[in-house]
Amino acid sequence: MIRTLATLLGAVIVLGTLIVAICAPLLAPHDPFVQDLSLRMVPPAWMEGGTTAHLLGTDQLGRDYLSRLIAGARISMLIGIATVMLSGAIGTTLGVLGGYFGGWVDDVVMFVITCRLAIPVILVALSVVSLLGSSLTLVVMTLGLLLWDRFAVVARTTAMQVRTLDYIAAARAAGCSRAYILVREVLPNIRHHLVVVATLEMALAILLEAALSFLGLGVPAPLPSWGLMISEAKDYMYFTPWVIMVPGVALFVLVLGINLLGDGLRDRLGAARDA
Amino acid sequence: MPETLLDVVGLRVRFGGAVEAVRGISFTVERGETHCLVGESGCGKSVTALAVMDLLARGATRTAERLSYAGTNLLSLGERGMARLRGDRIAMIFQEPMTSLNPAYTIGSQMAEILTRHRRVSRAAALDRAGDLLARVGITAPGMRLAQYPHQLSGGLRQRVMIAMALMCEPDLLIADEPTTALDVTVQAQILRLLRTLQSELGLAMLLITHDLGVVAHVAQRVSVMYAGEIVETAPVGELFRAPTHPYTAGLLACVPVPGSVRRDEPLGSIPGTVPRLASGFRGCAFRDRCAHAMAACAEAAPEHLAGEAHRYLCQLPPDWIRDRAA
Repeated sequence: MIRTLATLLGAVIVLGTLIVAICAPLLAPHDPFVQDLSLRMVPPAWMEGGTTAHLLGTDQLGRDYLSRLIAGARISMLIGIATVMLSGAIGTTLGVLGGYFGGWVDDVVMFVITCRLAIPVILVALSVVSLLGSSLTLVVMTLGLLLWDRFAVVARTTAMQVRTLDYIAAARAAGCSRAYILVREVLPNIRHHLVVVATLEMALAILLEAALSFLGLGVPAPLPSWGLMISEAKDYMYFTPWVIMVPGVALFVLVLGINLLGDGLRDRLGAARDA
Repeated sequence: MPETLLDVVGLRVRFGGAVEAVRGISFTVERGETHCLVGESGCGKSVTALAVMDLLARGATRTAERLSYAGTNLLSLGERGMARLRGDRIAMIFQEPMTSLNPAYTIGSQMAEILTRHRRVSRAAALDRAGDLLARVGITAPGMRLAQYPHQLSGGLRQRVMIAMALMCEPDLLIADEPTTALDVTVQAQILRLLRTLQSELGLAMLLITHDLGVVAHVAQRVSVMYAGEIVETAPVGELFRAPTHPYTAGLLACVPVPGSVRRDEPLGSIPGTVPRLASGFRGCAFRDRCAHAMAACAEAAPEHLAGEAHRYLCQLPPDWIRDRAA
């Protein structure tokens, strides 16, 4: 019961953020880029000195904090989804090939995975971004090219299990080609494992983007990324703690929601298969 | 003269060079005939079926003097040519109906797939045929079953689906690897009856692999008994049960309890010893360590004797040894 509630909560958070991200320009009460230096550091509406015109207050440049948070949701979700799509494609392809064919193909795949695991993600991401300059595309590319290892490992082991099952032999006995078997027989039967990995990786990608932005090497200002908002707020946190709490709470809730959803999906999909 | 559909001469399968699972066997399957391969676990009967289909696992090598299907040489056909043949001319059903269907697709889409893969037909037409075949193998409400997923079906139903699926392209030869082993006894009888009916009505040739002599007696026309990778005896089914000539076959049949004729306190028959593990290069009769009639000559390769017109066996003993002993 608690698990179902947790899954539901996760789904609501993720779906909600997704809707907010998609409809960001419609939902934001103000333009997130317009500065108004006369209205700097207005506290949120429920605090002393807050106004209902700026529900979550304004930042150090007088930009509406709620509008920036909403626009930041778009960046976070975009990075999360795009990274997972890229890393999922790379990892799944490698893993399924290695797991299904085995032999030397598997040796090569395992070697590539091991090499990847020897690369420190944050350090490489930092150096790439600082060398090539920060941009949204670059962050997605870097994270996508670095975060595929778990996809590969999971796809490989599950493909190895599926390979030995009779319906694969039956498909071969029915005259199906290798490519067909990989795409139509193996992939659909490991997708529930991959969905779970995807949620974990999405949460990780969002956190990494926040970390990169916090270090000033992620999404370039003035794009309103949550990590960037936290980074900009850290100078003021002793006097106006809410400026760091708002994006911090948003990040925490989104990542928590994604992980709750992932756990729930794992339980649900696993149970459906064992039935 | 019936047409020879599957012609196998001198088939050998090695695993990693060290173990020889099939040691030079020869057999034929005529059009419309049911040929049973019988033997205990590990005697190489399933490996034989996989070798014919060229579906052996990695690390297994197949050699043969001749391996042809309806005049086509399967040895030189290649993966692409084999893929065209599999599921179309030669269909195969497996032992484990619970796992032989892909859990991710409906019954209908898996069945239709077979036909659209090998023939130029629309999906709707293929689904129609799937429904007809489901009805043909005795499944009620085929329309509903087509839309169901494998986990919604019982084991017996799934094996019926597998059989219907194998028939999608009207194959000439059906290779069935222990099709009833995983099923309940009552369902086993239904499936066997179904196979026999289909076989006679469609003129289907069957290569049926089993360890169950009861199954053999039910459906076979010809039987080959395998022991340690060799066919030790081949005969028409009646003759094999009436006059088993190889000591292993005789021993096997003595192990089958016949209701009514076995006394309660009488021990069931058994063959002493276990199957030897055969490395390549093994010489002589593999059964000699367990055989009551073993002699010095058994260390040499056993000659093939004829005990009847279509009744061959591999042993040093002459065809009339049983009669001589009885006399």
